[in-house]
Amino acid sequence: MSDYQIKMAFIMPTMILLILMNIFPLLWSLYLSFHRYKASMPAAPRFIGVRNYARLLQDPEIWGYFQTTAYFVVLAVVVQFVIGFGLALLLNREFRYKGFITTLLLLPMMLSPVVVGLFWRFILSSDNSGLLNFFLSPILKSPIGWTTHPKVAMLAVVIVDTWMWSPFMMLIALAGLSAVPKYLYEAADVDRASAWFKFRWITLPLVSPLLLIALLFRTMDAFKMFDIVYVLTREGGPGTATETVSMNLYKLAFRNYNTGKACAMAYILLIIIVALSNIYVKYLNRVKGDA
Amino acid sequence: MKSVRISFALALILALAFVSAPKADNHQSQSLTIVWAEWDPANYLQELSKDFTAETGIAVDVIQIPWPSFQDKVFTAFVGKSDLYDIVIGDSQWLGRNSQGKNYINLTDWINENIDVDAIYGPAMTAFAEYPKGSGTYWALPAEVDAAGYVYRKDLFEDPKEMAAFEKKYGYALAPPKTYDQLRDIAEFFTRPDDDLYGIATWYSKEYDGITMGFQQVMWSFGGTYGDAETYKVAGHLNTEDAAKALEFYTDLLQFAPPDAPNYYWAETLAAYNSGKVAMAMNYFAFFPGVINPEVNKISHDKSGFFIAPAGPKGHYISIGGQGMSISSYSKNKDLAKQYMKWFMQKPVQEKWAMLGGFTPHKEVLQSDTFKMATPFNEAFAASFPYLRDFWAVPEYAELLEACQTNWNEAISKIKSPKEALDAIARKHEEIFEDAGYYDE
Repeated sequence: MSDYQIKMAFIMPTMILLILMNIFPLLWSLYLSFHRYKASMPAAPRFIGVRNYARLLQDPEIWGYFQTTAYFVVLAVVVQFVIGFGLALLLNREFRYKGFITTLLLLPMMLSPVVVGLFWRFILSSDNSGLLNFFLSPILKSPIGWTTHPKVAMLAVVIVDTWMWSPFMMLIALAGLSAVPKYLYEAADVDRASAWFKFRWITLPLVSPLLLIALLFRTMDAFKMFDIVYVLTREGGPGTATETVSMNLYKLAFRNYNTGKACAMAYILLIIIVALSNIYVKYLNRVKGDA
Repeated sequence: MKSVRISFALALILALAFVSAPKADNHQSQSLTIVWAEWDPANYLQELSKDFTAETGIAVDVIQIPWPSFQDKVFTAFVGKSDLYDIVIGDSQWLGRNSQGKNYINLTDWINENIDVDAIYGPAMTAFAEYPKGSGTYWALPAEVDAAGYVYRKDLFEDPKEMAAFEKKYGYALAPPKTYDQLRDIAEFFTRPDDDLYGIATWYSKEYDGITMGFQQVMWSFGGTYGDAETYKVAGHLNTEDAAKALEFYTDLLQFAPPDAPNYYWAETLAAYNSGKVAMAMNYFAFFPGVINPEVNKISHDKSGFFIAPAGPKGHYISIGGQGMSISSYSKNKDLAKQYMKWFMQKPVQEKWAMLGGFTPHKEVLQSDTFKMATPFNEAFAASFPYLRDFWAVPEYAELLEACQTNWNEAISKIKSPKEALDAIARKHEEIFEDAGYYDE
């Protein structure tokens, strides 16, 4: 066997797997997105051009789902960033039981989102049997409709997602903080720099590339929010108050079996996520350049 | 090195033994797989099927899938043309999609030759077996015929103090309601948040078909309809003043339900009733064994009465529940499945099915005193039969249902007014019908 053949023999299994599991579905779904097709019906796909895309983009309900998703992404990622970075700053010092406390704080992100959704469903139950409402009952006249009030339900989803994913932000930020050379702070101390000065001009510039990566991951992930909404607010209720694009995509694809339209929607979602990621990556490169 | 060689030799012997093992005798391992949702009737069917196994030697396994993922799992298996299930006990709404999608086999000729259709309650045959309706083409046999009904706290309703106070306030005697106005009065009367007692628990949930099954019977009884079954026109049928009044009524009723009620479907209404939180609760009759079971309902298992869904100002209609028994096109045991279905529809088997707790579609068994006396709720169930109605059963039912679920849930959450919600559903339904070619000449 030649060197080339040996190389190919090693690469081909992975390539075949990649083509079968990733590339083919991607291309097949792109093909279907231009067709009228229902996977549950025997009729073959019928070419309809860009009609699926046009109908989706003209549908005010779909824009509503995008707005809901954007609202969730901004709120959840900002809150997670603030809490996660704050926790990392607190943990970036030596104290007793530091390792144990860090492990405890990381536990939520190791749980399954469905399990998290289920037990938060009990905590946030909208009557007094809900744990949170039970504790708040002495100070509240009536229980809060955490998952039943249209204006509060999104807050409930953000709370649960923040509980689960702030540790991720914390972990990345902590990695960045621990990599900042100590001598920079010592030099600043010699110059009698204030705590704010040290944070603004030493900590933040050196940690920001890692923070941006954490933000990028969380934004992409939050944009695909499905499981917690499915379980906690019963498929995006009340009404459509918490119905994200992914939730609607699931219904379109696996409940209505409107396969062609669902593929088109998945591609719209993909384009948005890729565009958002590019903005982040460009900014990341700029920050790295500055640093 | 020696131990490695011994291990290798052992592994080789085991592998050879595995490869050369004789295959199981097909006649000994004949079996049928039935898929149904996870609930009591599925347990009853598993129990009943032991008789079939004793008679024929064919093992029957009733696979139960939790309700929220029941449809998704079965339909995904159909898309994959899986032979995992031989018999599917599916919702009446599934008929259109699975008959047109060729997931169910056409049973018309077989039923006409082997089953006494006249012995089966006619509306059940139409709802669970026939598609298109009135065509005489059958894709299933009714397995479990169900209806939405009510359970109430007899200890509250028959308390002399409560009765006197109610009569003083409303001017008529406290009794199970016969109309929706009476239902509202009673729900209002028993709503006492300070005592953690509420008047009613009914279905408002956005999950699967929750609010639609709860509200549609009110809509029909107030004079609304889903549309014209001949022309599939919806505007002017669904978004009418009658339907808007019905939706206003259903939204208004929410104030007499526990605070978590917008999330209620059958499991939550059952839990609310069993925990003593409500005076009345709506549910499918098939779930009522849980109400009279002292292990499940410690508060009112022996103090519960049952009544049929009330009438409205313009009619009396009740949401149909239950499922039909169909044979999967991908089954490798179609003949065994037919043998099972023929056995299941026999009168003695239907009698045992009813005794176990199943809701039989067999006319004679259903009308017998033995059936009516078998449980405290069977009489109300039998009385519900003439009023049963169903949602659209066309192949596009899931999309139609989705529009109803979302918009009606928005209406009860006050995101949309009843009129806005009904207009949105009518628009969406016509769009779905148009896309599917129902309006083509």
